Amino acid sequence: MSHLHLASPPLPEKFDPGIIRARFPALAQHVNGYPLVYLDNAATTQKPERVIRAMDTHLRRDVANVHRGVHALSERATAAYEASREAMRDFLHARSSRELVFVRGATEAINLVAATFGRQRVGRGDEILLSAMEHHANIVPWQLLAQQSGAVIRVIPMDDRGQLRLEELDDLLNRRTRLVALAHVSNALGTVNPLETIIEAAHSRGVPVLVDGAQAVAHEVLDVQRLDCDFYVFSGHKMYGPSGVGVLYGKLELLEEMPPYQGGGDMILSVSFQRSTYQEPPYRFEAGTPNIAGVVGLGAAVDFLSGLDRAAVATHEAQLLDYATRSLESIPGLRIIGTAPRKGPVLSFVLDDVHPHDLATLLDRQGVAVRSGHHCAQPTMECFGIPATTRASFGLYNTTSDVDRLVAALGNALEVFR
Amino acid sequence: MNLADDLYQELILDHARMPRNKGELNPHSHHARGLNPLCGDEVEVFLDIRDDLVRDVRFKGHGCAISTASASMMTQQIRGMPVHEVKTLLARVNAMVTGRSPADESLGKLVVLAGVSRFPTRVKCASLAWHALAAALSESGETVVAE
Repeated sequence: MSHLHLASPPLPEKFDPGIIRARFPALAQHVNGYPLVYLDNAATTQKPERVIRAMDTHLRRDVANVHRGVHALSERATAAYEASREAMRDFLHARSSRELVFVRGATEAINLVAATFGRQRVGRGDEILLSAMEHHANIVPWQLLAQQSGAVIRVIPMDDRGQLRLEELDDLLNRRTRLVALAHVSNALGTVNPLETIIEAAHSRGVPVLVDGAQAVAHEVLDVQRLDCDFYVFSGHKMYGPSGVGVLYGKLELLEEMPPYQGGGDMILSVSFQRSTYQEPPYRFEAGTPNIAGVVGLGAAVDFLSGLDRAAVATHEAQLLDYATRSLESIPGLRIIGTAPRKGPVLSFVLDDVHPHDLATLLDRQGVAVRSGHHCAQPTMECFGIPATTRASFGLYNTTSDVDRLVAALGNALEVFR
Repeated sequence: MNLADDLYQELILDHARMPRNKGELNPHSHHARGLNPLCGDEVEVFLDIRDDLVRDVRFKGHGCAISTASASMMTQQIRGMPVHEVKTLLARVNAMVTGRSPADESLGKLVVLAGVSRFPTRVKCASLAWHALAAALSESGETVVAE
């Protein structure tokens, strides 16, 4: 069999967003007559050639079910599937690839932990501690668990810049606390939470911590061992991979004690009508045929990111956020929502007299894609006394000229309303 | 560049800036709340209906220019209208904003909302107040979620 060459041409030593941008075919299009400026990366990122080609090659050549067949195609598909798991282990710096469960996305990962670990360990009167800036995906699964178990949800409050009030942590963590679940980076505000401090405080009381890393994984260099979180969850599509696939990282000793999530094929050792015995992690939690092409694409996304100078990427994104913040601050009547000193490349704002939906429509008509609304974080919006914001969020392929286009488009939109 | 061409016509902007008949109506005979779960927009409609006639109508809530203007224009259009005519109007407006039928002159000033049919993500903004109106008239429930 001849191997297809999947690798992209080697990247230059120095990170150059202009060169990277050319690897993303979707960015080359015009929208409503203007070259596309894509600033909705916190919702989902565009996909590089490398991911598209890896999935295309898999679908053209290697389609078979995994962990089952003995034929050549199944071996190839299984090898690619498990190679993605190993690449992800390296990417997260996890001890073992057995600590990585492939799921549909961050939402499913949280639901999985709530339905297994949660049901096993959380009872009447117990407490689950969340933060005030959580995405609905890190609120609702815990509410469902609380309703079933009689547990109580507690919330770490935040200040008007969008920083958690850590001084409240001592009182909130108590002997009834069974789990802390919070975002690494807020999707609506951009705040990077001080995980080390929170995890240390929780662990000193024997409380495990789940981190929703959906907004962090494309930007932060991760080391789950050093972070010492108990669970870390994220979606592939926010890190330049495909949608419909994501990762639950869990410490092996925790995963081993957790009951199955869904029952079905591939998660069992043996089945009879009397009883079944279950596989070890991660397979215990991967019932049914998984999203094989998605996992292959996610592996390619990991290779793509790992092939870059991540420190240079982080510097570029921080500079971009800085430039965008200064540019937007100069617009009269514009207020930035979320002004924590440590932020990911997310810029939420409101404008006097212009509703975010109208603004997003007028920006779209000038080829600028942003998000408007409550960003699935209604409690966060409530903290700031607003129903919605407009959000520009950046990826590694964005440049200062994208920011300039945003600012110019904002000016044109304001003319309509003022 | 003309950004305001078909969606943000001057009449819509005017109603968005200065909504008519905004506030609560007490006492009222009919009331419902419309909610767009996608964006969080909310419109409450209060009606005073006696002898099959809309004697008075007001709305309150928060939303974008399209939903505010639509609610504001709705109140102007249906005040003094017999309930059966309101129901006919409702169906016509829904057909217009979803693009199922073209704007016709019987809709009066409401034809400025027709442009929204070309923006699928914004159709609900225009129809929110009308959904709330339908719910208030049907007396089926207090909150309606825009479909």
